[in-house]
Amino acid sequence: MTRSFFARNPSALIFIAFLALFTLAVTLMSEGLGAGLISTSFVKTLGKTLCLCLVALAMDLIWGYAGILSLGHMAFFALGGYMIGMWLMYARTEEIVVAALSQGGLPATPEEVQQGIATQIFGVVGSSDLPAIWSFAHSLPLQLILALAVPGLLALVFGWLAFRSRVTGVYLSILTQAMTLALALYLFQNDSGLRGNNGLSGLQNLPGLGQTSQDLISIWFFWASALALALGYLTLNWVVSGKFGSVIRAIRDDEARVRFLGYPVETYKLFVFTLTALIAALAGVLYYPQAGIINPAELAPIASIYLAVWVAIGGRGRLYGAVIGAAFVSLLSSLFTSGRLPDIPLGPVSLNWVDWWLVLLGLAFVAVTLLAPKGIGGLFDRFQGVIPPDRKGAPLGPDDGSLQEQEAQQ
Amino acid sequence: MKLNRRALLASGIAALAMPRVSFAQAETIKVGVLHSLSGTMAISETTLKDTMLMLIEQQNAKGGLLGKQLEAVVVDPASDWPLFAEKARELLTVSKVDVMFGCWTSVSRKSVLPVIEELNGLLFYPVQYEGEESSKNVFYTGAAPNQQAIPAVDYYLEELGVQKFALLGTDYVYPRTTNNILEAYLISKGIPKEDIFVNYTPFGHSDWSKIVGDVVALGADGKKVGVISTINGDANIGFYKELAAAGVSAETLPVVAFSVGEEELSGLDTSNLVGHLAAWNYFMSADTPENAAFIEAWKAFIKDDKRVTNDPMEAHYIGFNMWVNAVTAAGTTEVDAVSAAMIGQEFPNLTGGMAKMLPNHHLTKPVLIGEIRADGQFDIISQTEPVPGDAWTDYLPESAVLEADWAELKCGMYNTETSTCVQLKSNY
Amino acid sequence: MRLTALLVAALTWLAPLPALAQEAAAIVAENRDMIEKPSRQTIGPVISAIAVSGDPMADDILSAWADKRLVIRKSDDAMFLAAPEGDGFALTDLDGSTAGNAAKGDFTELKPNAGVRGLIETALVQFTLSDPDPARRTAALTSIARDPTPEALEPLRASLATEEDPALKAQKERLERFLTLRFDPDPAARVTAIESLAGDISLDTRGALNPLVATTRAAFAGDPAGNVARTLAVGRDLTEAEAYDLLVAANLAPARLTLEEQRAALAANIVDGFVGGIPVAELNMQAARDRAYTALEAAGTVPSAATDDEAKAALAAHRFFEVFVEPDATVTTAATATLASIDRKVAAMQAADLGLDALSLAAIYFLAAIGLAITFGVMGVINMAHGEFITIGAYTGFVVQLYVPDYTLSILIALPLAFAVTFAAGVAMERLVIRHLYKRPLETLLATFGISIALQQILKNVFGTQARPLTAPGWLDGALTFNDVVSISYIRIAIFVLALIFLGFFLYLMKRTRLGLEVRAVTQNPAMAASMGINPDRINMLTFGLGSGIAGIAGVAIGLYAKVTSEMGADYIVQSFMTVVVGGVGNVWGTLAGSTMIGSLQKVIEFLNPSNTLAAQTYMILFIILFIQFRPRGIIALRGRAAGD
Repeated sequence: MTRSFFARNPSALIFIAFLALFTLAVTLMSEGLGAGLISTSFVKTLGKTLCLCLVALAMDLIWGYAGILSLGHMAFFALGGYMIGMWLMYARTEEIVVAALSQGGLPATPEEVQQGIATQIFGVVGSSDLPAIWSFAHSLPLQLILALAVPGLLALVFGWLAFRSRVTGVYLSILTQAMTLALALYLFQNDSGLRGNNGLSGLQNLPGLGQTSQDLISIWFFWASALALALGYLTLNWVVSGKFGSVIRAIRDDEARVRFLGYPVETYKLFVFTLTALIAALAGVLYYPQAGIINPAELAPIASIYLAVWVAIGGRGRLYGAVIGAAFVSLLSSLFTSGRLPDIPLGPVSLNWVDWWLVLLGLAFVAVTLLAPKGIGGLFDRFQGVIPPDRKGAPLGPDDGSLQEQEAQQ
Repeated sequence: MKLNRRALLASGIAALAMPRVSFAQAETIKVGVLHSLSGTMAISETTLKDTMLMLIEQQNAKGGLLGKQLEAVVVDPASDWPLFAEKARELLTVSKVDVMFGCWTSVSRKSVLPVIEELNGLLFYPVQYEGEESSKNVFYTGAAPNQQAIPAVDYYLEELGVQKFALLGTDYVYPRTTNNILEAYLISKGIPKEDIFVNYTPFGHSDWSKIVGDVVALGADGKKVGVISTINGDANIGFYKELAAAGVSAETLPVVAFSVGEEELSGLDTSNLVGHLAAWNYFMSADTPENAAFIEAWKAFIKDDKRVTNDPMEAHYIGFNMWVNAVTAAGTTEVDAVSAAMIGQEFPNLTGGMAKMLPNHHLTKPVLIGEIRADGQFDIISQTEPVPGDAWTDYLPESAVLEADWAELKCGMYNTETSTCVQLKSNY
Repeated sequence: MRLTALLVAALTWLAPLPALAQEAAAIVAENRDMIEKPSRQTIGPVISAIAVSGDPMADDILSAWADKRLVIRKSDDAMFLAAPEGDGFALTDLDGSTAGNAAKGDFTELKPNAGVRGLIETALVQFTLSDPDPARRTAALTSIARDPTPEALEPLRASLATEEDPALKAQKERLERFLTLRFDPDPAARVTAIESLAGDISLDTRGALNPLVATTRAAFAGDPAGNVARTLAVGRDLTEAEAYDLLVAANLAPARLTLEEQRAALAANIVDGFVGGIPVAELNMQAARDRAYTALEAAGTVPSAATDDEAKAALAAHRFFEVFVEPDATVTTAATATLASIDRKVAAMQAADLGLDALSLAAIYFLAAIGLAITFGVMGVINMAHGEFITIGAYTGFVVQLYVPDYTLSILIALPLAFAVTFAAGVAMERLVIRHLYKRPLETLLATFGISIALQQILKNVFGTQARPLTAPGWLDGALTFNDVVSISYIRIAIFVLALIFLGFFLYLMKRTRLGLEVRAVTQNPAMAASMGINPDRINMLTFGLGSGIAGIAGVAIGLYAKVTSEMGADYIVQSFMTVVVGGVGNVWGTLAGSTMIGSLQKVIEFLNPSNTLAAQTYMILFIILFIQFRPRGIIALRGRAAGD
């Protein structure tokens, strides 16, 4: 076992190389640094897609490898975004307030600056006091720590409670869904201190960089997202290819047996749950400054379900599958909903893509679940000549996972 | 709310799919229409998109503008707030529109603001809103709180003698800020704080029995109770059904709504709601020749005799025509020149009188109060003289000292106490 | 109060007029402008003048005006009373003579606002209190109850003797007591009236009594004046800032300096970069600013403001009281005692009302969840499209109402039809999708989610995003009212009854029928059931169809009391899953317990925090998450073999 990491995982090398080429190509075509062939808004879109790919990777680890279908991971993603958004808003507003107050003849006291910022940020939602949760918003390092610590701690506590009482399977899915719903409802309240339904906005304007064009900022964020995705991919590839990976796959396949073998199943699950929450939070930190606005609708249960959809369509249990799924479905989805595709005339009625795309997506999803559980990633198996055992047919034994008719005949 | 990421990346692909050069030297004037055509807000915003298409068609029939034809560029931000910002950027940088008409909710406007201020675009915003804003790049053709909420409260205080208020709202920025302003206003009018009951419910709330019961119980101390509703969208259906079931008549417990118009009432059986109130700057039942012509043109354009008109449609009608006149006056569609020419523009309201664009980018408009009729229309029972829109309310201490004036002071947030411009860009 | 003043003013204004001197028509003509655009603030004298003119037409003119039947003919600007007749309207002149007919377009109606209409009705009371028509007598009483005035007391007492209708007589007597306790000059009569109301919890009683015990806060340097309700202690009953504001309001102390004023004062006194001897650059701390201000105060350049010590001293030198607005102590004492007895009763009634609300919400949750209790609880299939089945049921109701205009009949058709439609949809879904996924529950969840978004979008494409009306039959309008506190709308009672029927139906089906037995057998051990001759495929299909069908019926019920949109089902899906999980899977009693718990909990939290309904939902979900941690199998957990793993 002395072979290098890349030699053991050729797919990682291919992936990194592809990502690097892609980044270079986009940079060369961008308005900020290149020929201007693709618009700044599309660079932002691509940057955001990379962040979505990163959170899909996390989803793949927890669902595809560990078998825990969490329907709440977008909560961690959004929480990361909220935390970085707080600093962005605070620091940007501070610049404005200090400039405005210094015009008044007297230098501003810290209390006045604080009050001014509070009025600016919360005046919009009819309040003028800075809530306690904004105590650290003045400092980028502290808020960055919070961006990971808050989702991480939430995942740790929630996971500990849930795994400790052996909540598994669909119950866990529903519980995680309830978690993200509760969080979304909480944030929808104005009293939550995060501006309720309005959320945090203007995040694309970086403090101190007022004069820098968005053309440039978008490219920086694109690079950061690409780097984060590459690092995330390598980390997760390393995690799943070692002994740890074998244990979590075993937990997915038969939790009770792993427990009887003496492994602390709950600890493993808790670790995976928290790690993926951290990765999701990191993706959120990079995503929302590009989106420009975050509001509680981002935490709605449906967002997390879409995350599962991406991973399922891309192919569970393989990291590149998750990335392909997220990029493919989200980009396709935007193409169909852009309203620019021509309607298809069908006799008396015409088929409007904006209206019917969701129907198509829903049915495609059902078809993938039923007919091609391996998703798009399954195509790669075909290329490599990997033929999985065909597990259709009636079971021969009473337990789940027993040999199936057609397997026995082979 | 239900649509999150599905349409997130729309702009980019579309941008890539369209070669940029084709837009470079077009012989048309481009008008961007930024209204949601899908998602939760589609119900309200689609109507406005159609209104804009009708207005543009009418203008082209009149020979266009500056000798060129107008071309509508319609995009769908899908009720997704981040997508509004993306679509606005795409309209300005890829389609290179000269002006945009769009947005409905405040949060969508706040999402678009940084983009249009960065790229110096021009937006006409047609919906009543909470105020506390005046951007160099936005013209607000809907009502500010002093053009809708305050006159309605005055009507309650003076005409109905209401002594106790229940402020019911959906939990988001417009009701929150409006209710804050109203609370401050009521206290300044001598209503004690204990006599103001405030309640917020989520979007689409349906279980109203307890809240209606609470409001009825407010009458226990012998004071006349009035409800001010900023409840939004389909939550109103459950609310009015429960009011009717509880046997609450408009005489004992009037409800004045700021977000319920002809369009919303068309989904309801209004026979139990007769006499309840709404405050707007326009009602379809307004009896003027301009309004009759507008309604006729609308029904012909949409090819449906049952369609109703409403207040934001009138706002777009005034805003669009003012923009046309400003462009004609300036002789160009260049944003700064048009903005300067916009201030002072006058155009007749559909309800009579003239609307005038003020230096703070708000309109003067008359305020109308209507009583719901059994047929889903409104009896106009009160119409004020035109009220100038006030960007910064006079009833909140932080805002009272602020002023917006883009003609003289060149500032949207001017502190009259310290005589300084607090900031040139807007809060978002 | 203000109204009273207006009427008094009106009467004094009228006094110099010779009685019966003017005809109503003349008064109208004289005040034409005000009558066309009336305001409650100013129109009072005109209405009174017409009312007391003695002209027999006065009653008709005022009634027509209030009913929006007083019209102006466009051709000659003349004013008439209009009454619908045939296709058009019959016009009557203001002096009572007929004036021909007119079409609707020929005239514009005057539209007095509700405030003005109230004044007109008050003025009409004298005509209508003894009107032969009981409906008009009732209207007069309603009008008096709405705007009680001292003037109404005498006519009301006078009309009591002649009243024959026992119900109206009782109402009049009651109203007479309300007026007496407020307006009678004799305190003893007032106290008697007050005491006679003990234990009456109705809203109008409390409305009459509460103004008597209204108080204001006041500060006094020495002994308090007026009818003192209680003494206030600074720090306990009111904060120091509130107390000081009272002093400032009463001109007993100077106002305190705000930070903004301090800043402005300092900025105005910058001399060569120094303020009060302190460099401007150092004024970025509050302490430095205080020092600078004190220095300026000492120099006399700024007015002195109350310091903390002075404010404390001022507070110590004064006493604070709540003082009754009503000057007569015997009246306030009686009213306080009577109200205390009433309030105790009201509190009990409120608890009962909250209980009813909770039951009603529980019934709604139960209805939404019972279908799920079958598919999820019994079969273990996660059906994310359950919400869409609810929606389909509601839309079925809407479509039926399009074709069947009679609301009662249409609901009777809609209920079974909704069941049939969703039953078919459920069976189709089970056959096509779910059957293949029994071994993979997580993937059932995903596949049904795909169906859910597809169905939701199809419904949106077909029916639009707009809310559609689903109207309940007339006999379900209104509410069952026990008293002014406890009431519940009939539609909610109907939903409650429906929920009970389903509970009974479900129990009967599972415990008493062959199908129920087979369902239970297949649930517990499909292989063994199959070897006993039961066809598990068929049973699964029927069970799933049944669960879906019930969701359809629930949809009709929910649509009746709330809204019908393509997203209505999605609002219930997470809640329904939680109801089933909290209650305990596989047991209908569990679902009942779960929905009762969730419904009551939500109402109790709403009661504790009435101004924020969203918070109630948040805390409820948090509670459920915690609850599941400690009772993962729900309230009613199956034991033994049936529990599975």
